Amino acid sequence: MYEAQTIDIAVIGGGHAGCEAALAAARMGKNTVLFAITLDSIAMMPCNPSIGGSSKGHLVREIDALGGQMGKNIDKTYIQTKMLNTGKGPAVYSLRAQADKNKYHQEMKHTLEQTENLQIVQAEIVEILTENNVVTGVVTAGGAIYRCKAVVLCMGTYMKSRCLNGNNVVESGPNNLMPATKLSQSLKDMGIRLFRFKTGTPARMNKRSLDFDKMEPQYGDSDIVPFSFTNQSNDIAREQVLCWLTYTNEKTHQVIQDNLHRSPLFSGLIEGTGPRYCPSIEDKVVRFADKERHQLFIEPEGENTEEMYIQGMSSSLPEDVQIAMYRTIPGLEHCQITRFAYAIEYDCIDATQLKLSLEFKDFAGLFSAGQFNGSSGYEEAAAQGLIGGINAVRYLENKEPIILQRSDGYIGVLIDDLISKGTQEPYRMMTSRAEFRLLLRQDNADQRLTPIGYEIGLIDESRYQALLEKQRLTEQEINRVKKRSIAPNAKTLEVLALHNSTPIQSGVKLSDLIKRPELDYEKLACLDEERPQLPTDVKEQVNIQIKYEGYIGQQMKQVEQFQKLENRMLPDDMDYETIQGLRLEARQKLNAIRPRSIGHASRITGVSPADISVLLIYMEQQKRQM
Amino acid sequence: MAIKANGLDDIIAAISTPLGSGGIGIVRMSGAGCIALADTLFQGKKKLTEKATHTLSYGKIIDGKNAEVIDEVLVSVMKAPNTYTQEDIVEINCHGGFLVTQRVLQTVLLAGARLAEPGEFTKRGFLNGRIDLTQAEAIIDLIQSKTELSRQAAVNQLEGRLKTEVREMRNDIIDMIASIEAVIDYPEHDVEEETYDTMEKGTKKLLQRMEKLLSGADRGKILREGLQTVIVGKPNVGKSSLLNWFLEEERAIVTDIPGTTRDTVEEYINIDGIPIKIVDTAGIRETGDVVEKMGVEKSKTYAEQADLILMMLDASRPLEQEDKEILSFIQGKHTIVLLNKTDLEQKLAISELEQYLSKEQILSVSVKHNTGFDALIDAIKTMFFSGQTTTADDALLGNTRHKTALFQAKEAMERCLVTIQTRMPEDFISMDLQDASHALGEITGDVTDEEIIDRIFTKFCLGK
Repeated sequence: MYEAQTIDIAVIGGGHAGCEAALAAARMGKNTVLFAITLDSIAMMPCNPSIGGSSKGHLVREIDALGGQMGKNIDKTYIQTKMLNTGKGPAVYSLRAQADKNKYHQEMKHTLEQTENLQIVQAEIVEILTENNVVTGVVTAGGAIYRCKAVVLCMGTYMKSRCLNGNNVVESGPNNLMPATKLSQSLKDMGIRLFRFKTGTPARMNKRSLDFDKMEPQYGDSDIVPFSFTNQSNDIAREQVLCWLTYTNEKTHQVIQDNLHRSPLFSGLIEGTGPRYCPSIEDKVVRFADKERHQLFIEPEGENTEEMYIQGMSSSLPEDVQIAMYRTIPGLEHCQITRFAYAIEYDCIDATQLKLSLEFKDFAGLFSAGQFNGSSGYEEAAAQGLIGGINAVRYLENKEPIILQRSDGYIGVLIDDLISKGTQEPYRMMTSRAEFRLLLRQDNADQRLTPIGYEIGLIDESRYQALLEKQRLTEQEINRVKKRSIAPNAKTLEVLALHNSTPIQSGVKLSDLIKRPELDYEKLACLDEERPQLPTDVKEQVNIQIKYEGYIGQQMKQVEQFQKLENRMLPDDMDYETIQGLRLEARQKLNAIRPRSIGHASRITGVSPADISVLLIYMEQQKRQM
Repeated sequence: MAIKANGLDDIIAAISTPLGSGGIGIVRMSGAGCIALADTLFQGKKKLTEKATHTLSYGKIIDGKNAEVIDEVLVSVMKAPNTYTQEDIVEINCHGGFLVTQRVLQTVLLAGARLAEPGEFTKRGFLNGRIDLTQAEAIIDLIQSKTELSRQAAVNQLEGRLKTEVREMRNDIIDMIASIEAVIDYPEHDVEEETYDTMEKGTKKLLQRMEKLLSGADRGKILREGLQTVIVGKPNVGKSSLLNWFLEEERAIVTDIPGTTRDTVEEYINIDGIPIKIVDTAGIRETGDVVEKMGVEKSKTYAEQADLILMMLDASRPLEQEDKEILSFIQGKHTIVLLNKTDLEQKLAISELEQYLSKEQILSVSVKHNTGFDALIDAIKTMFFSGQTTTADDALLGNTRHKTALFQAKEAMERCLVTIQTRMPEDFISMDLQDASHALGEITGDVTDEEIIDRIFTKFCLGK
């Protein structure tokens, strides 16, 4: 072993979490090194070739609003983009883009390379060094010791991972990459509890072997909405590629049924807990036996490759069965598989060992983020990476960690869920997990989070000023629209009739008309002669904030109550065992989780409303005795 | 996701006078905005919000929906910070007796207050710096001993068909939510999207079911379990006459209610506002006799579950082995022994009875001559209001909880119907449905965060 360098922060892993963590740390001025087993896998997308989608799109926008990289990177490398759920309310509009995987990786790697204060090093980390439960460094497989004050663990699915299909078991990370075999032990020796989780990926095929005439084309949107608030649609306009839709059928299901015994899932070879929302095709066929067909999206992996991703058909069946089953599908009859589907098992931590800052409760300076925390998905990983990186810096600077509340964003919901409840399966973000969904829209992520990004130094002055200007214009226009009267004249009646809207008898406020479900701000432009020229995003805000004013107000009231409990802080070192009146289960749970606030405590399974009352009184007692 | 903890300064309400003590019942509210809330129900010379602090106003409490006067009241308005809780407080002094006080509380809850947890007013007083530190432990004790119990009791009270009915409705609502959420979270999956028409039909159907349950509740038919009371005794001591006396007095409210099991007939009677449920153990009324049919063993089982046991003895016959057996197993329970046929020659030695019971528990009646019943009613009231029957408070609290929750669920479904009819986007429909399922969950005690997500994945085949 040799002394290599003394740095501030070591980030272990170069996936989506690692990239955000390292960039945030370096941009906030800390001397940072990102370690990856191979630099060719930086920001690799080992599964689906897309970023965003329902609730995940929200996460990307929030990452961007805080000053993260994911949104900018996908804007540079997308090959098709779509706003999903536009038929629903604005809270669930979800942006999703198909990525050119290789470009995505290259762009991100290049960004890292160009970033001040950041080095990237190809090395496997085998040990975390600590003294008295304080992080002091990391050791590489090559024997290099990097002395540092904080470490962010972002190892994704590489920890003692193995990939399986049929009886074929390979000790490897995703995509035949080398796994990290030694770090698990080092963490276990420190007393960190590990889980074993499982996930999977479908096959990839050569495009030339597929018959697209038998599939339905899937187009991108012509109106492009960028992920990053720093981009305008014109900045990133480009030619979009097609995706394709096809379906499984009875024959497919028969092949699977006949060969179930050869699946490691059913033979018991796989021990890890798999996610419900990412079932393999054999799971689907077994659990939903009466479903006649399952849909499959055929998506390009990039522009400079013929490989296509078969979304909807991940599997751990043996290769020969895979060939047989894929070939029953219309358009895939002659498919040439370039990479077979596999399931992957890996070590991850029980995230209840972390604080909401993502720092380990028992190790100062040791942070953990991403799939290694038991989540799933690139976006979930990136979001945690960003927070882990930011808080590693805050730790070094002796500042309060940045903790987003459930009412601040999906990132807050994600981390709170992982840390307070723990997870029994890889955790996927879903919009239904966000109780304040209507306030946490993808369109207002900048308003919610950019001020925080600015405060911590990840958002520059001009971007912050632009946000303030946007808010000023929005407010001004809302006030104008609320005062603006519309008379029941011929033109008004004509416009109302055009949209099948009930005629008005007397003058009404423009804002009241906007609130009608069949109308909106844009549709009424022709009745609003004095309307100023405004940027698209301002118009969007005006429309949403007026249209859903009642609902938004109601939810804001709930948030107010919620925050009162969140803002009642609990000391880190409180010993709940000694509090009279708490039930035994509550004492144990509270001591294990060590919640940050009363609100946080209330979300812990096993803590009752009565326990919360007792805690409140105990805290008041302490306060008065001081 | 439901938030478990109660608000720190939302409006709470409870009846703050001991049950049944005197004619006046006080409904107390505390929390910012409670004076304005009271104004929505109060009809007086001046608005309560315009009154000075620590003043009393005369007026009426109106049920807003039916524009019906519930009671003539005196309302005291006390403004923060010089109050018991350091918050705004409104106290409504009701004069119409116990049931009316209950109704006023109900009205206040429906207007947006939340039923206070046991000790919550004191808790607030303490948290806001008003109450002395020495009382902290007493408050903790109260909270811990009562809160869980009363919630649990409320859930336990529900039985049989009522629980099933509420669970079924909640289940249907969660199904609807799961259908909406599955489509939102998996926009491109071939999940069959529910049309507005099917959602409207489903919502209307649920509304009907809720209205049916509530119309019962309005007449005091359901959600009002009361004291579980059982009449025991040997054959031919006059049990059926006692039951008939209760019923003939037209105290019986209902005989066939949803939510009660069919194997025993349950009669509801109302004694000066105290709801009492008499379990007709295997049908005293039909057979005119019991013990042959149900035997000592079975009456034991009933007696074990009962809050109140009325044991009939024939005073004209000496105490027999069978009597003694019954007496020994009801010992220590809330029992009133009725010596019937006191108009005949007394052959039963009271001293023998006193081995099992205290004097106060023994009453002489004559069912035939209709005497002694006033004393019985007084005895039940004493037992009930002095808190001897442990479940009495909880039963009433539970009833109020259930009814409020059911109303809230109905209101949420009414909003849902409007949301559907105005063709608002599905995620807004989901918001209303979640409010409804949350309210029903308060009744059945089922509130889990993961429930909707679990349902999405059991119902639909989703994922990459």
